[in-house]
Amino acid sequence: MVEDRSFAGRAFGIVNFALLTLIALITVLPFIHVVAGSFTTSAELAVKRFVLIPTDWSLEAYRFIFSTNTIFRSMAVSIGVTLLGTLFSMLISSMMAYGLSRRDLDGRRTLMFLVVFTMLFNGGLIPTFLVVKNLGLIDHYSALVLPIAINAFNLIILKNFFQNIPEGLEESAKIDGCNDFGILFRIVLPLSMPVIATISLFYAVTYWNTYLNAIMYLNESKMWPIQVLLRQIVVLASGLDYSSDLDSAVPPPDQAVKMAVIVVATLPILLVYPFLQKHFAKGAMLGSVKG
Amino acid sequence: MQQAIAKPEPALRSESRLSRRLIRNKWLYLMILPGLLYFIIFKYVPMYGLIISFKDYKPFDGINGSEWVGFKHFHRLFAESDFGAILRNTLVLFGMNLVFFFPIPIILSLMLNELRISFFRRIFQTLIYLPHFMSWVIIVSISYVMLTMDGGIVNELLTSLGFEKVNFLLSPEWFRPTYIIQVIWREAGWGTIIYLAAIAAIDPQLYEAARMDGAGRLRQIWHITLPAIRSVIVVLLILKIGDVLELGFEHVYLLLNSMNRDVAEIIDTYVYTAGLRQGQFSYSTAVGFFKSIVGLVLVMLANRLAKKMGEEGVY
Repeated sequence: MVEDRSFAGRAFGIVNFALLTLIALITVLPFIHVVAGSFTTSAELAVKRFVLIPTDWSLEAYRFIFSTNTIFRSMAVSIGVTLLGTLFSMLISSMMAYGLSRRDLDGRRTLMFLVVFTMLFNGGLIPTFLVVKNLGLIDHYSALVLPIAINAFNLIILKNFFQNIPEGLEESAKIDGCNDFGILFRIVLPLSMPVIATISLFYAVTYWNTYLNAIMYLNESKMWPIQVLLRQIVVLASGLDYSSDLDSAVPPPDQAVKMAVIVVATLPILLVYPFLQKHFAKGAMLGSVKG
Repeated sequence: MQQAIAKPEPALRSESRLSRRLIRNKWLYLMILPGLLYFIIFKYVPMYGLIISFKDYKPFDGINGSEWVGFKHFHRLFAESDFGAILRNTLVLFGMNLVFFFPIPIILSLMLNELRISFFRRIFQTLIYLPHFMSWVIIVSISYVMLTMDGGIVNELLTSLGFEKVNFLLSPEWFRPTYIIQVIWREAGWGTIIYLAAIAAIDPQLYEAARMDGAGRLRQIWHITLPAIRSVIVVLLILKIGDVLELGFEHVYLLLNSMNRDVAEIIDTYVYTAGLRQGQFSYSTAVGFFKSIVGLVLVMLANRLAKKMGEEGVY
């Protein structure tokens, strides 16, 4: 492309760059503020106006939140639900998506309609709750996975991606005696890694971020995933069990402690995100553009 | 192709062909089965469960055993004075979404597209997509520690500049600004993905031709980029209108408290409170049913309108 070297063109480019820098800063500053705040003492947070780089480094807040096993238990619940949920969702989503991607399948249009219709109309909160309850899933970790096991949008992205794989590859595998399961797992999935990475990330984030289903379906506070605990600590300030595990002299959660819990609840996503993000822009586009 | 070859045959023969095809594809149907069961159990059975909005649901009698009461709950819905306020709150948040949020991803993607150095572009994209992956609990929690009266950075700044502290979290007048700023913060960056994909498909020759004719960058945006993504904008607008009543239940629920309930209670939070907290299953299902129907009708109307205007529409 020929670069626009006129004065107006350059001025435009500079202003544009400056504005985008500002937007990116505004987007990430709150995160930086919270991370920095979690590593300082409450005393410094109270005195200094804006902590981006703490002068008084301290692990006090982390020592405090990890002094009970409440956080560990919640993290274990969230990690378990996220790993198993993602695996389960990917398995049934990619199998269904592959079936629907095959043009020679009778009833394919009807099945697609059944899927798309759920994006336009749904039974709503209470009827869904009653289904979960009647299945006996209340106070069961599977209540965090089964009701959201397939996301119709993710399913369609997978289906569209599979559809674009040359049919010749599948045909030749069939001639070599592969059945449909073999074709999916040995040929189609290995060829679809960008979209598999993307959709896995989407599912994993959904499970990690589960909040409403947890408060609707789990009554036991011992079963709480990290998001519910975070909410309790930050807003309702009652999540950590001070009375039993700690001295009564311990102060209630102050700013630094709240920030530390936010960091802990965010960390897993921050760790995975850089590795997967190069895939997802591509994967999400492939699905969305083809519609 | 097969249709062209196949001549009209007796019904019996074509049926046996169908069953042969079904048998040949048995593994494919087996693969679809678990997913299909999911949709039936967790999507279609709840749709059947909507009939309790015409009944007086008693947990002991079950969905089928409960007594029919006709439109009783829908009459109550329109008679209840609360409902008007809740509908208004819902529509105000929807309007704010449309006016303040919807254009931002479009503008952002145009700006990103004008960034010629792909290294910076990737960095910006990585940074502005990030909040989308944070739960509402995290977004609301971060806002909470920043906005709180005791030690929140925003109020500290205000006092240091000589202003009074503002009770952002508990005052009704700050609920809507807080809501929409959080929506923009979390979703504006992510919203650019689809537009950027559409922009990437534009033929670069169009820009070169425009430049030959002496068009500046703003003119190129106006005459090439925007028209090229028009149909994407229309499709997303239709989807947004269909979601008129889906304003992020979780988000609003997290911001809701006893002080801002007058402006913050929307249909979803009302269904949750009336249904699961107070046990009015049938009534709250009727409220939810009303919401789903309105959403469905609106998306169909918006789609028809788009088609009339010569756009493709969603379906």
